[in-house]
Amino acid sequence: MRLVTAIIKPFKLDDVKTALETFGVHGLTVSEVNGYGRQKGHTEVYRGAEYTVDFVPKVRLDVVVADDDAADVVDVIVKSAATGQIGDGKVWSTPVDELVRVRTGERGPDAL
Amino acid sequence: MHVDAGDTAWVLGSAALVLFMTPGLALFYGGMVRSKNVLAMMVQNLGAIAVVSVVWALLAYTLAFGPDAGGFIGGLRFAGLGHPAAALPGMNLHVPPLAFAAFQMMFAVITCALLTGAGADRMRFGPFLVFAAVWTVVVYAPVAHWVFSPHGWLFRRGVLDFAGGNVVEVDSGASALALALVLGRRRGWPREVMAPHSLPLTVIGAGILWFGWFGFNAGSALGANALAAKALVDTQLAACTGLLGWLVMERLRTGHATTLGAASGAVAGLVAITPACGFVDPWAALVIGALGGVTGVLAVALKNRLRYDDSLDVVGVHGACGAVGTVSIGVLASQGAGVHLLGVQALAVLATAAWAFGLTWLLATLIHRTVGLRASAEAEVEGLDTAIHAESAYDFGNVRAGRLG
Repeated sequence: MRLVTAIIKPFKLDDVKTALETFGVHGLTVSEVNGYGRQKGHTEVYRGAEYTVDFVPKVRLDVVVADDDAADVVDVIVKSAATGQIGDGKVWSTPVDELVRVRTGERGPDAL
Repeated sequence: MHVDAGDTAWVLGSAALVLFMTPGLALFYGGMVRSKNVLAMMVQNLGAIAVVSVVWALLAYTLAFGPDAGGFIGGLRFAGLGHPAAALPGMNLHVPPLAFAAFQMMFAVITCALLTGAGADRMRFGPFLVFAAVWTVVVYAPVAHWVFSPHGWLFRRGVLDFAGGNVVEVDSGASALALALVLGRRRGWPREVMAPHSLPLTVIGAGILWFGWFGFNAGSALGANALAAKALVDTQLAACTGLLGWLVMERLRTGHATTLGAASGAVAGLVAITPACGFVDPWAALVIGALGGVTGVLAVALKNRLRYDDSLDVVGVHGACGAVGTVSIGVLASQGAGVHLLGVQALAVLATAAWAFGLTWLLATLIHRTVGLRASAEAEVEGLDTAIHAESAYDFGNVRAGRLG
């Protein structure tokens, strides 16, 4: 099993979610994060005082998938999240040692 | 004494309008501070309402409007709002004296509440309430006597201050400067980002201030009449050119017209017209409001250059704009404008500022050196809401509170 994590632009979340559902992934976790990479922040002004805000709001997606699906899931996310503009984000996957479904106690791939 | 029902209704209603300005101020300021300090700011304003109202009734009212001593201060005849039917010295009111006392009470309340803006994010609650009580007696009441009481020395020299350009605006502005200097800069200011956490609250607060200001200014006519109508119209026009003036000025200086600028500009225009609204014609109100808006932008910029941490710009928006509005009457008054009036207006501003600054500096220093007026470094970093009040303002998620459903 692998954990696929993606940082994407918030407004692309619906596209990514739809694409994943079409592929066959039926659950995921989303969190609102801030980050920066090559996309710089912006400047805000309050009563003449200028502040540089480095961080840009993003959405973080986490989903655990079977080993065989991981590469495809990464591709699905990359294609559906891309806009071609700076700040599209990144996707990565890491191995998962243990997975348990809380309600039933199923372990491993049965818990996917 | 002839009590007129219409006049009394208007003055009583105006007292309520002016009172409403202080919760409005709590929103205006509250939105501008960081979320970890919003409750502290708001409860300081609520506390100011409570403390100043009581002190006003007990002592400050009579010191402001009681029988005169040397043009400097009133006597103790009306202490505790005693002799409520007795005529006020030198005044020919068409409303019951208690109505006038209540109306003026709200002025004292908001003038003191304004000072919370200078101490934002770092002032202790209990010591502030003590400060508020004493400040009302030794700073606010004398200045109110000088300018509003017909036997006051500035009134006798012919100063024109319709609703408190000196008594409220210059007074609070100069006091705020002293308070900000005694408290010192916030930790991390100005390097750290200390942006407003909720400008929607600030805009709602500005709207409430604007609304209440009709009671503040037009109510000061002390009658439901043409003078009140002129004051109301002048007030509205100045608020509008203040807003536009601030926007134009900041657009030129920083490239952006901002929501905070619009809200601040309206307030700046309202501040500037406060002393003038009964004494100038509507066209002049347009000018005074715009002067207020422009002055506000420049005064705030000056604060950043001089690097004193008047956190919410009480000095810039209330002090400077109030001074400009007061002095402008010397030129723009529909009757009596001229060099002599200009001199009297300037004298009033200087005397008020000197008294307010000096005594506030002494009072704040005294409290700070004894029980401490500034919050500890830990409290300031953690946030006053949790550190002082054991509260958190916002709970949007389901992480902090335990929930069964």
